[in-house]
Amino acid sequence: MTDDVLVTVDDIKVHFPIKRGVLLDRTVGHVYAVDGVSLQVRRGETYGLVGESGCGKTTLGRALLRLVEPTGGSVVFDGTDVSTLKGEDLRRMRRRMQMVFQDPMSSLDPRQSVESLLVEGMRAHGLDKGKQATHQRLKELLAAVGLPESALRKYPHEFSGGQRQRIGIARALAVEPDLIVADEPVSALDVSVQAQVLNLLEELQDEFGLTYLVVAHDLAVVRHISDRIGVMYLGSLVEEAGSDELYERPMHPYTKALLSAIPVPDPEVEDTREQILLTGDLPSPANPPSGCRFHTRCPWRQPARCDTERPPLREVGSGHRVACHYAEEILAGTITPHEVEPELAQS
Amino acid sequence: MALLEVRDLSVVFRRKGEEPTIAVDGISFDVEPGQTVGLVGESGCGKSVTSLAIMGLLPSRGVDVSGSVSFEGTELLHLSQRRLDERRGRDLGMVFQDPLSSLNPVVPIGVQIAEVLQRHRELSRKQARSEAAELLNRVGIPDPARRLDEYPHQLSGGMRQRALIAIALACRPRLLIADEPTTALDVTIQAQILNLLTELVADTDTALIMITHDLGVVAGLCDEVNVMYGGRIVERAERHALFTAPRHPYTNGLLESIPRLDAPRGERLVPIRGSVVDNIPWADGCAFAPRCPNAIEPCWSVTPALVADDGRMLRCHNPVEVPVTAGEGVR
Ligand SMILES: Nc1ncnc2c1ncn2[C@@H]1O[C@H](COP(=O)(O)OP(=O)(O)OP(=O)(O)O)[C@@H](O)[C@H]1O
Ligand SMILES: Nc1ncnc2c1ncn2[C@@H]1O[C@H](COP(=O)(O)OP(=O)(O)OP(=O)(O)O)[C@@H](O)[C@H]1O
Ligand code: SF4
Ligand SMILES: [Mg+2]
Ligand SMILES: [Mg+2]
Repeated sequence: MTDDVLVTVDDIKVHFPIKRGVLLDRTVGHVYAVDGVSLQVRRGETYGLVGESGCGKTTLGRALLRLVEPTGGSVVFDGTDVSTLKGEDLRRMRRRMQMVFQDPMSSLDPRQSVESLLVEGMRAHGLDKGKQATHQRLKELLAAVGLPESALRKYPHEFSGGQRQRIGIARALAVEPDLIVADEPVSALDVSVQAQVLNLLEELQDEFGLTYLVVAHDLAVVRHISDRIGVMYLGSLVEEAGSDELYERPMHPYTKALLSAIPVPDPEVEDTREQILLTGDLPSPANPPSGCRFHTRCPWRQPARCDTERPPLREVGSGHRVACHYAEEILAGTITPHEVEPELAQS
Repeated sequence: MALLEVRDLSVVFRRKGEEPTIAVDGISFDVEPGQTVGLVGESGCGKSVTSLAIMGLLPSRGVDVSGSVSFEGTELLHLSQRRLDERRGRDLGMVFQDPLSSLNPVVPIGVQIAEVLQRHRELSRKQARSEAAELLNRVGIPDPARRLDEYPHQLSGGMRQRALIAIALACRPRLLIADEPTTALDVTIQAQILNLLTELVADTDTALIMITHDLGVVAGLCDEVNVMYGGRIVERAERHALFTAPRHPYTNGLLESIPRLDAPRGERLVPIRGSVVDNIPWADGCAFAPRCPNAIEPCWSVTPALVADDGRMLRCHNPVEVPVTAGEGVR
């Protein structure tokens, strides 16, 4: 393992049991929320995870922080295998990895003032060293996220959505983490306010040398903020590449479709671009398709192999990984897309 | 005369012991057959209330609606409830953001569509059922005959939205209002639904009012775009003109603040400062003034009027200059 890697996720799996019966004591199946993901996040970079609703982004982020217990696989954080940590060691490790949530209102206790919200985490990790120092630290934190000092005595409901997200970020920063997992940090915000928070995240990264894992469904947001991007589909990574590379040379059919589906605020572009319209719905993660999980909707699917053999995530160029049997042929144009009959999603 | 003429529409919510909320503040626009008109703006700017007022779906108590909404010359605001119901089924259709809450959870999809058909198009039960299957097929639901007997919760989000569009289309409305029809959906499903709507409008000459906060959706879909801020229209223009040369500082600010998929990376976003809570009342000046980089003295004291400006409508004392090059290609 190289030194510049902060997090190594190896074949991580999170399977939620589906319980039935009066006492919910029978397991009748599993939701394969995350089903074998391997990736590395480098120190100081922003890794973006994109994918559609239910593909397992949040669960992967939570598993990384061990807020949910993985079914299998490992997470190595700064040289330490987090999957085996317990008690005090786990708690100490947790300080270094913080989470920022989508909906700042529901993740901030409405009965606590901003001051008490911020001090809480510091206290839990023994970082409140005396009244004077703590106060100084609070002032710095607020300045860092662009809130006035008077905010300390206020309560979450007294702020706008964007300001609440700033409080959420300040709370994560309070314990001086190395890694921040931001789950849809701007998707609950008004468009005019999203940019404020995105810029803030970038500034803080420069200032404190933070590493980010940003989880979002909006590829334009993710591309803007990330150095590298992983695209998820039904619990697995289907493609990973540098942000520019992914946009300029998407290789997986799903990534291609996703990119072509995102509306661009420019009529010239909208009028001329070619869309790859996917038919049908996302299959259920409780009953994922055999072979390539995307084969039920893939316009490039080839008989037999795609339906039966699961393509591994393989390296196709420097820092570019893709999980498709025919990625090269598709890129070269030797395999062409065809019509797909929509299948009924079995729920 | 346009198909729909909205004139000076205002909606004020009144609650005891509270300041009245002016949700919509004197809005006027026209919609022609086959035309797609966009209403964009951020949360709370009055998009949904505008559409509910047009459809006559606002609560009857605690709300003052004034102005005029005329559909093919008939004033909708003064129609009796019965007459309005008739119109709503037949001439006006609506698709909401959340299909689950606008479908009846205990009635199979097919029956819900057939009911509309029987009521407004006087089809027999059997005819209605087969027409319902035809409609589901039309909106791209696979195996429609089987889906007729399914309940809303058995359909995915995208399928439900399709079913809702099928219901809205059942009576071949002349005007369809779609309020954030794809906001709750994934982008790949959104693309399917937007495609469907575009096809329908083109095939049937239906007029469409598209309500969204997503400027990307507007750029691809709408012939004419109304940008709303604080209950008023602040800029209206043909989509190419609007996006190549936004003139209102709010429109311009929105476009500069959203990350674009196709923009060169590393470009910094230029946010609009503050948030809507900073607005001043329109009665005092320009509501946007506290957030506006172009604000000048009169913005704080004189309410700007919506005036024609070189083929567009603009409500601003100090609009963004037209870039010398950008204007060329548009005209
Ligand atoms: N605690 C849980 N118990 C059972 N199933 C769960 C649990 N948490 C998540 N799931 C399921 O796991 C799958 C992945 O969920 P997850 O929240 O990770 O998706 P996501 O990609 O974050 O989606 P979204 O964009 O909607 O937030 C979904 O099918 C979800 O219903
Ligand atoms: N039933 C109601 N009673 C009181 N105020 C209301 C009611 N419905 C809407 N409002 C207010 O009217 C204003 C406009 O709301 P509207 O729902 O039209 O916004 P919108 O533009 O559709 O926003 P969004 O993008 O969030 O859907 C808001 O300030 C809202 O709080
Ligand atoms: S492996 Fe086959 S089904 Fe999967 S994305 Fe590639 S071509 Fe499509
Ligand atoms: Mg999530
Ligand atoms: Mg609305």
